[in-house]
Amino acid sequence: MTVESSSAARSTSRRNAGGGKQAARTSRRPKPEPSAESAAGPDMVQLLTPEGERVEHPDYSIEVSAEELRGLYRDMVLTRRFDAEATALQRQGELGLWPSCLGQEAAQIGSGRALRDTDYVFPTYREHGVAWCRGVDPTLLLGMFRGVNHGGWDPNSNNFHLYTIVIGSQTLHAAGYAMGVAKDGADMAVAAYFGDGASSQGDVAESFTFAAVYNAPVVFICQNNQWAISEPTARQTRVPLYRRAQGFGFPGVRVDGNDVLAMLAVTKAAAEHARTGQGPILIEAFTYRMGAHTTSDDPTRYRRKEELEAWEAKDPILRVRRYLDRTGGADDAFYAAIEEESDALGRRVREVIRTMPDPDGMAIFEHVYADGHSLVDEERAGYAAYLASFADHAAHEGN
Amino acid sequence: MAAEKMAIAKALNSSLRKALENDPKVLIMGEDVGRLGGVFRITDGLQKDFGEERVIDTPLAESGIVGTAIGLALRGYRPVAEIQFDGFVFPAYDQIVTQLAKMHMRSLGKVKLPVVIRIPYGGGIGAVEHHSESPEAQFAHVAGLKIVSPANASDAYWMLQQAIECDDPVIFFEPKARYWDKGEVDPSGIPGPLHAAKVVREGTDLTLAAYGPMVKTALQAAGAAQAEDGVSIEVIDLRSVSPIDFDSLQRSVEKTGRLVVAHEAPVHFGAGAEVAARITERCFYHLEAPVLRVGGFHSPYPPARLEEEYLPGLDRVLDSVDRALAY
Repeated sequence: MTVESSSAARSTSRRNAGGGKQAARTSRRPKPEPSAESAAGPDMVQLLTPEGERVEHPDYSIEVSAEELRGLYRDMVLTRRFDAEATALQRQGELGLWPSCLGQEAAQIGSGRALRDTDYVFPTYREHGVAWCRGVDPTLLLGMFRGVNHGGWDPNSNNFHLYTIVIGSQTLHAAGYAMGVAKDGADMAVAAYFGDGASSQGDVAESFTFAAVYNAPVVFICQNNQWAISEPTARQTRVPLYRRAQGFGFPGVRVDGNDVLAMLAVTKAAAEHARTGQGPILIEAFTYRMGAHTTSDDPTRYRRKEELEAWEAKDPILRVRRYLDRTGGADDAFYAAIEEESDALGRRVREVIRTMPDPDGMAIFEHVYADGHSLVDEERAGYAAYLASFADHAAHEGN
Repeated sequence: MAAEKMAIAKALNSSLRKALENDPKVLIMGEDVGRLGGVFRITDGLQKDFGEERVIDTPLAESGIVGTAIGLALRGYRPVAEIQFDGFVFPAYDQIVTQLAKMHMRSLGKVKLPVVIRIPYGGGIGAVEHHSESPEAQFAHVAGLKIVSPANASDAYWMLQQAIECDDPVIFFEPKARYWDKGEVDPSGIPGPLHAAKVVREGTDLTLAAYGPMVKTALQAAGAAQAEDGVSIEVIDLRSVSPIDFDSLQRSVEKTGRLVVAHEAPVHFGAGAEVAARITERCFYHLEAPVLRVGGFHSPYPPARLEEEYLPGLDRVLDSVDRALAY
């Protein structure tokens, strides 16, 4: 008998034995956990179906006027257009990299519009829709991906912190910021965005701990887009992510992340929960990254076309359009105006990026410290002298 | 408040108290810093007097301590975070290096990060593993951080307040083996610049540079060399590892022509290596000998029974002095 066949035989017999035991035990076992990647279920808040039908939820209801709905639709379409432009600009060599938010527009616009201007947001690097809601000029988001800066906007102008690239780090900044908000007695919530991949990071667990024990007003918004580059959510967790909160002592709720109304309703309630001193809360926005992780990624290497197609049927923009069309909430003139506005945004983005200047070389030495540092001063002077030596040389040659 | 003789530990405690009094935005945070007053009692009595909102016992999570300190700083606070022991800073290394050090630049100067991280460091207390290390070089390599270490009670008092007032992140390394060494502190005095080195003993034959716990050893070495061999050593307390006050070092070395740098941290890629390179460049024609370094070995910090072998004590410092003088 070969080694292989021997081990195969053993494993077969063990499996048989195990199967028998398991069958006998089934009745005494609790119901199996729903798998982390299982989609809709009774636990998932949904107010607008993929078919564009309004449904009720016992805990979350929302009244949205046709005008508000058109506004949400506009936000999502413009975000998608901006995102598509940025992707195209990367392909044309204008950006070094772009992380697309395609498919996550409802998760971002719904949550972003639920927050007040006075709330504070800590994003990952993919929150282009949230940035839009905060009033951050979209072209400001492009600088770091073009390589002219590492952020560049003033976080306090829109209460929207810089994008954070290290996975999960910003959740601790949000928890700390919210600890300060609690000390100040300020009427505000702090939103911490992160993803399914980040949920495995120690910093996210620590941010849950800190936010919980200090009762800090943090709304943790986990966009579970099913993929951390090539790794499915099942590689990050055995339980649905929203249930992580329970172990830390605060509520968690799973929301259909492709449903802008559900995201709006749940985030509004969550922000109110935080603002009214009830501590942190976790929202798991169950959504899908329809594009690649970034423009450097090739998702055909790890996921099937059928999966993408199934999620395309649940497109966050499409379902709002269906609802608007069914209810007569928008007419052709509205869609035409949005189309025109999208084109204009696209033109502006292209123009800004193509005329975006490279920073001056000496910018390397700027803002390293707030109060200065003698080594930076010395190196700045040394490098300036080095550069000047070429000018002197050129002048000499000219003579 | 009149000048008073006090231990470094007491000077640090008084300094924190003063900072809490001066600025309502100053917060103390860390493991056991509140009710217990810290494992070294540096924060003793502060929570009692300033309350749990300002002197905060944190969960046992170093990354969480630094990460939330960053968030508090973004909210306008000036957190002073304690890492309980040198070897425990590494879970926070990511937050310090990737977030704290870079955020001011990433915002093009729009946000400031006035965070102080206090770390009791160094050996000689017979502790278990991870309680005796000197990781300052691992932070000095990172732009955006400032790194200082006091060697006496007066500097402990003043440098900590200056670090707290600084708008940049400062890692404040406290020489734990010297916590109970006493010195004069005059709270009505005027401190010098935070990052300036100090000549703590004048001499003419050789410059001996040190910081933190090694300054005391360096002074002992200078005394012994004078008494036994009639050698005049100038001792410089660097006080700051980032930035390093090379101007003061240069002035001294141009006078003495010889330099030895002593620190407990491993010599390999240590602060002494940077000093040697810079001073060689600045003082090449004044040097009578290569710049020598004396410090820890390229070996994990040893068990307590071997730490006297590992640490650069008086004899090893004097050996380096002799070697420099032999050129």
